[in-house]
Amino acid sequence: MNIYQEQILEHYKDPQNYGVLKNATHRDYALNPTCGDKVCIDMHIKKNIIQDIAFSGSGCAISQAAASMFTQKVKGITVENLTMMNKDDILKMLEIELSMNRLKCGVLVLEASHRALHNPIKL
Amino acid sequence: MQTINYKEKFPMYVAHPDLIYLDSAATSLTPQIVLDKMNDYYTQYGTNISRGVYSLCEEATTQYELVREKAAAFIHAPSDQEIIFTTGTTHSLNILAHGISPDESDMHILATAMDHHANFVPWQNRTKNFEVINIDKDYRLDLSNLAKKITSKTAVLTIPLISNVLGTINPVQKIISLAREINPQIIVVIDAAQAAPHIPIDVQKLDCDFLTFSAHKLYGPTGAGILWGKKEKLQNIRPLLTGGDMISEVSSSKTQYRNIPHKLEAGTPNIAGIIGLGAAIDFIQSIGLKKIQKNEEMLTKYALNSLRKISGLKIYGPQDANDRAGVVSFTLKNIHPHDIASILDTQYNIAVRAGNHCAMPLHIETLDIPATARISFGIYNTIEDIDTLEKGLYKVSEIFS
Repeated sequence: MNIYQEQILEHYKDPQNYGVLKNATHRDYALNPTCGDKVCIDMHIKKNIIQDIAFSGSGCAISQAAASMFTQKVKGITVENLTMMNKDDILKMLEIELSMNRLKCGVLVLEASHRALHNPIKL
Repeated sequence: MQTINYKEKFPMYVAHPDLIYLDSAATSLTPQIVLDKMNDYYTQYGTNISRGVYSLCEEATTQYELVREKAAAFIHAPSDQEIIFTTGTTHSLNILAHGISPDESDMHILATAMDHHANFVPWQNRTKNFEVINIDKDYRLDLSNLAKKITSKTAVLTIPLISNVLGTINPVQKIISLAREINPQIIVVIDAAQAAPHIPIDVQKLDCDFLTFSAHKLYGPTGAGILWGKKEKLQNIRPLLTGGDMISEVSSSKTQYRNIPHKLEAGTPNIAGIIGLGAAIDFIQSIGLKKIQKNEEMLTKYALNSLRKISGLKIYGPQDANDRAGVVSFTLKNIHPHDIASILDTQYNIAVRAGNHCAMPLHIETLDIPATARISFGIYNTIEDIDTLEKGLYKVSEIFS
């Protein structure tokens, strides 16, 4: 299967929610040491809702497109719903099959987001 | 230019006739002749070594010990008793980092910016006094930096003979004589994992103290390798592993170790793997390293020229094909190497490596990039393989345009 579908390439070339949040309440990052992919997540959480989310970092098309699509998907959902999301949600969102090695790239944003939930910014 | 079809000797090409394998620096493919020899062990005389008096055990021991002689001849070691069988380069380097001057806690150890993690992390873990020699603009070791960092107190200098990322062939003989001028007591370790399959090695000419390489990059099996050392230096190594076969006498109050090489070979070894390594050395010797080297130089020159034609492609390594091995790392525009490797794989059946190739300090601290794509050659590669690679890279460029 060609994993470089139009949707993936579009998000990679023109990522959504890219950058940092000035009013972030939660922040963390995840790394893929085999390829050097990095995804950083900023979230603004209020009343148990992901009010805003942004990502930054660099990496392959899969990791960056997944981050772009994921941030669109989780904006506005509850903390519990974000906590419950897993790799199947990522694969469903990407609409491609990923080999074991490339799956790590796809789920990097999920890992970063889950880590960020546990890492509130101390004001 | 290439007259013999070496692909025919490798069964992986029977299973995958269209495979273009450009990742021999990670691991080489294995020829049938090596597989047969290992199969012979398991089917004809698959017993333990040095532990029985029956004839099958004698046969296993003889075949196993024969590899010591082959390995010694392969690197021009003065004695086969200086050949230690290990599970590979990582194991060998851990033996050294653990066992050299075991009572000294803070000794000065020098490695290079182009070392593989296997020749970096064990030394870094060993001492607080760990330093790294820089590389210059042409991706070669900076010899003036090296001369500055070696002092009369430097205990160990460890260098790769060939960089697994840059392809640089280090002038090891020159470096060692320079190091010994500054400090005659210095112990010099050579990581020859990338060099052994590609260039002739003469440990006596190099005048290093230790040298190591793996079977699986040399057309042999995984899980086998060689550590060579000067006899008196090997004798001073504290064993990393202790147990069966490495002892001469054990009582409840104390244990006496055997002499080298056995002292450093505890437990039942990878017998089939070592026998496979012997067959791999025979395979290489039957072709001749000089011939292999010449063919790979030709491929490297051809590849450098092909890659340079591609717009936005940057090569990380000496630009000149001289003193350069068949390992070429590159980036293409801002396309992530993983994407390059995925497309080459799925659309062209080309296997290339992507990532930091177990050399994170080199990528992050020196080259200032997270990853590169890397091609590397083996005896089976041809000009046609490189032509297809070139085509594939144009396609990658197009997809991300």
